Amino acid sequence: MTDDVRNIRHAAWNAFATPAIGKLVRVAARATRHGGSAFPGKVVERIDPGFLARTLAQLPLGVVLVSGTNGKTTTTRMVASMLSDLGLRVFTNPTGSNFTRGVVSALLERVTLAGRLDADIAVLELDEAYAVHFVRQVRPRYALLLNVMRDQLDRFGEIDNTARLLGHVAEATTGTVVLNREDPRIATLADLVCEPGAGVRYFGLSDDLRSFFPSDDDMATTVAVEGDGSADDSAGTAANGTADDAESAGARDARDTSAGRNALPADVTLTRVGDHEADFLFAGETQPRSTTVRLEGVYNLYNAAAALAVVRAVVADAGRIVRPSGKPADGFADRVHTFAQSGTDVSALLAAVAHVTPAFGRGEVIDVNGSPTELLLVKNPMGFRLSLASFPPTADTDTMIVINDEYADGRDMSWLWDVDFTSLRETGVKQVSGVRAWDMALRLEYDQVPVGAVDTDLDAALAAFVRPDPAHPHAPKHIYCTYTAMLAVRAALARIADVPDAGVGK
Amino acid sequence: MTTIDIMSLYPKDMNIYGDSGNVLTVTRRLALYGYEPRVTAYNQGDDWPDHVDMILGGGGQDTGQKKIIDDFFRRADLLRTLAADGVPMLMICGMYQLFGEYFETVDGTRLDGIGVIGAYTVGQNVRMIGNLVEHSDDFGDVIGYENHSGQTFLRDGVRPLGRVDADGCGNNGEDHTEGARVHNVIGTYMHGSLLPKNPAIADFLIRTAVERRYGAFEPERHQSAAQREAMERLNAIAERARRVAASRPR
Repeated sequence: MTDDVRNIRHAAWNAFATPAIGKLVRVAARATRHGGSAFPGKVVERIDPGFLARTLAQLPLGVVLVSGTNGKTTTTRMVASMLSDLGLRVFTNPTGSNFTRGVVSALLERVTLAGRLDADIAVLELDEAYAVHFVRQVRPRYALLLNVMRDQLDRFGEIDNTARLLGHVAEATTGTVVLNREDPRIATLADLVCEPGAGVRYFGLSDDLRSFFPSDDDMATTVAVEGDGSADDSAGTAANGTADDAESAGARDARDTSAGRNALPADVTLTRVGDHEADFLFAGETQPRSTTVRLEGVYNLYNAAAALAVVRAVVADAGRIVRPSGKPADGFADRVHTFAQSGTDVSALLAAVAHVTPAFGRGEVIDVNGSPTELLLVKNPMGFRLSLASFPPTADTDTMIVINDEYADGRDMSWLWDVDFTSLRETGVKQVSGVRAWDMALRLEYDQVPVGAVDTDLDAALAAFVRPDPAHPHAPKHIYCTYTAMLAVRAALARIADVPDAGVGK
Repeated sequence: MTTIDIMSLYPKDMNIYGDSGNVLTVTRRLALYGYEPRVTAYNQGDDWPDHVDMILGGGGQDTGQKKIIDDFFRRADLLRTLAADGVPMLMICGMYQLFGEYFETVDGTRLDGIGVIGAYTVGQNVRMIGNLVEHSDDFGDVIGYENHSGQTFLRDGVRPLGRVDADGCGNNGEDHTEGARVHNVIGTYMHGSLLPKNPAIADFLIRTAVERRYGAFEPERHQSAAQREAMERLNAIAERARRVAASRPR
């Protein structure tokens, strides 16, 4: 604590030098390959704790904070890409470096030596715990809160506690809080929005789509009632009606709450999902509009609804900004005017959605030895389930799963037992790797999924996996990875195939 | 037909650390031993089934505990009787605490348990989190992951499930005990999930349940060659997973 006091005093005289020092550290860190992308942020957080708040305070349209368990990175990318397509200058932290020091590092890259940030608005992805740390320093004008799922419980304790963390974000937001109507723990955060003038918007699902997007509470009943394990028999071994009971209890709950949820009007509702396309219904309109999307996975269509809702909130505010005369000639007033006009045009909004490309490790397809290879990041049971449901293997798909247990992955392997892998029984899993390959293999064996090979040595496993099979030379491949496994897989693939630069601390 | 009735206790609200993996492990192993597992999910307000051979309970959040607590006390006499009769039970984390005498929270509020296990729990602000190996006389090394803030103390004469080597882990971080065993009830903070990587405990629960119902546990009479082979494969993979888990940092 005394450290903090001393640092703040220092900030008074050394603050002018922060951008230069930070940039220097960044260059040094890159040159020496030391400490990764967040390292310069770490240094600046110590020497000038006011840097973050001071720099972001320059933004005329404020800060959009995106948080929640699943979909942060892709949704942040969507919001930033859409705002930028609609004409704004956007600052964002695009590398999934979602701790405050990651934001500071990204800022250092963007500010001028005088500390000026040339942007109209910031879109920042923050991990739930760091979001709280962040709002103590910077009040966001917009908050987009996506969902709360069991994720890294060893770090946050409990999901209700995670929801409480996001509650602090809702309380601190000065403009619009955009909430997921279908996640009861998120929807209820509306009660905490308290800043004068602050409001709430929801994004939601039409009734028939809810089964595609189960909330955390829908998970408890799934694996527990697996009869003797074989798919055909499971109903039979639960002959006393267990499976039905569990199902109906879940369905009963969903109905009870969905009545309440429907009472909340959603600004953007996802009404249909297709192959790389979706329909959205906007508040004030009677017919849904269709658009294509380049993002992979059905859950990203719902993330698009979230992104649309927050962009519409920014547009609404921009429309109220009066064009001042005699403003500095940086074009800001013109940009906001253009943005407010194009943003009210729904087809322009949808064109912006259609334009978004996948973020690092979120459903990217890369070419490896002539095979389209999909890299799928899995961080928690719900994400893994959605990923398995979104990318069902075809008969000739090869599947690999890589599970690590470093701090960023979560040390506790319990989460693997909350994922149902029976959808992989038909095709099997060709390779299992990662530090915890044997935990994963054990999980698959209990779900009676055939496993080709298990090897904790990632390079060897990956080499075997991508070796062209003369019988199926262009067979599509799926690689499911935890966070640090994703970094390792990309680095390894980069040596044997063309992989775009991830921009993550190498 | 050699059916075994397994109850998954409050899976809707007390199932936070992959506890369903324990149910899956018991059912799959029973099937491979040639028995027919039948799983009943019991949630608050449900009818109690006519027959129960084994009960598995998991961990929950504070809100989960609040939701089940009234129903749990309604079933307390029944659970105490079944435990005293020797029904094998596995209670993880939150349910372990509720099977004890009471839980005193950090602010001094006392919540009653059902007293099957002679133990009490005191809340503290520091969580004990991490990979853990404990040594048990009956089951060898038990390997798993703990994550709890309550410190549990066993009454004199109550047998722990195992002993831990270091301070700051196990039941209370002080006396190097972990878990508890009363009749055929096992209480523990270990998940990961517990049973997949600790087949010795799974087989203890299975053997006890089968012997109580059918007099003898005779897998060789029911098991096919393919089932025996599948079981050997499972156990071989579990052994590899145990070795890796035991080598990981806390």
